[in-house]
Amino acid sequence: MRELKVQPIRNGTVIDHIPGGMALRVLGILGIPKEGSTSSVSALISVPSKKTGLKDIVKVEDRELGPAEVCKIALIAPRATINIVRNYGVIRKYAVTLPEIVEGIVSCGNPNCVSHNEPVSSRFRVISKDPPRLRCHYCERELVGADIPAHLL
Amino acid sequence: MLPVARGKRRSDILRGNVMAALFFEPSTRTRLSFSSAMMRLGGGVIGFAQPEGTSLSKGETLSDTIRMAQAYADIIVIRHPQEGAARLASDIASVPVINAGDGAGQHPTQTLMDLFTIQQEKGRIEGEEVALVGDLKYGRTVHSLAYALALFGSPITFIAPPQLQMPPSIVEEIEGMGVRCAQATSIKEVISGLDVLYVTRIQRERFPDPTEYQKVVGSYRIDKKALEGAKADLIVLHPLPRVDEISPEIDEMPHAAYFRQAFNGMPVRMTLLALVLGAIK
Repeated sequence: MRELKVQPIRNGTVIDHIPGGMALRVLGILGIPKEGSTSSVSALISVPSKKTGLKDIVKVEDRELGPAEVCKIALIAPRATINIVRNYGVIRKYAVTLPEIVEGIVSCGNPNCVSHNEPVSSRFRVISKDPPRLRCHYCERELVGADIPAHLL
Repeated sequence: MLPVARGKRRSDILRGNVMAALFFEPSTRTRLSFSSAMMRLGGGVIGFAQPEGTSLSKGETLSDTIRMAQAYADIIVIRHPQEGAARLASDIASVPVINAGDGAGQHPTQTLMDLFTIQQEKGRIEGEEVALVGDLKYGRTVHSLAYALALFGSPITFIAPPQLQMPPSIVEEIEGMGVRCAQATSIKEVISGLDVLYVTRIQRERFPDPTEYQKVVGSYRIDKKALEGAKADLIVLHPLPRVDEISPEIDEMPHAAYFRQAFNGMPVRMTLLALVLGAIK
């Protein structure tokens, strides 16, 4: 049986080392699928990985990520790497990382936090990057690992 | 401050200063003691005791209310039903903000009077064996007190039904400060080793099933029997108001320190206001 291979991308971004099963979340962060877009997108799910057993990979053509998108990916895939591809070659590769303060990226998990009802951006101090642990600047409640994806803004 | 708090001496070190007391949630002793503290030191008080009848009931945001209040006052004291309200207010205001309770978050000035009372009654805070009893999950006074006791290195035992135990994130943080923490489900297990028993109310509304509440509440009631085997100099504290979690028969016992604790709200809040407004150092 002939193996179906994913075509390399000419220009764009490859997001590697996404935890197994999180590729669709990453696509959601990137706003994919986007109506009217002709750029190709590939999502490889549950690819064998030496480091983590199984991983996902996302390849997006004609797209580079903004800081807010990288921050969101770091919250659900703290060990992900971003590869910037130009003319089929990787011209830059870096690991995602979280800043010390995360603002306007994720909402507080405490429904009674004042940040939900006031004209302010959510604001968290990063307690731990891997696994991600955030503490709300306002109510001081923590938002951790598995609870984070549901609160991404 | 003590003679001034008792009205035996006059002071006007805060004359000309105005405190805005913004109480978005009902309060008796915190609001009255803050107001009295300001007035005992010669300052003035503006504010409200409930949001009804103010522009908040017309839909004004807390942020705008704070912007308005800072224009009228030198210091803001705020109680609000939502966690983080005081932090938000302090981000916005150009004048100092004191948290007088934010939802199930913190109640730091209660903690200052708790610490002052322990120091006054026991002569020290460091190393005193303290147990916090009752609703440790939602009780803001015990959250603030647990952090503060940890700063003094006092070992803490959390006594509560499992569904109302201290939030794990707080326990973890306190243990991370090197303080010994333990959990218990009954007072009897630990009473003989305690120096301070801090009691809070278990609220009926925390239990969806009223029979479950009835079952639980009796085992956290403090009466003479519950104190059997306690050290002679154990003190019992309570942020008040109490309902039936401390039997009136305890009031006359030497262990009962909660009314002295309540009075301490005055000198502690007077000192805090004077410090924050720069009248004392």
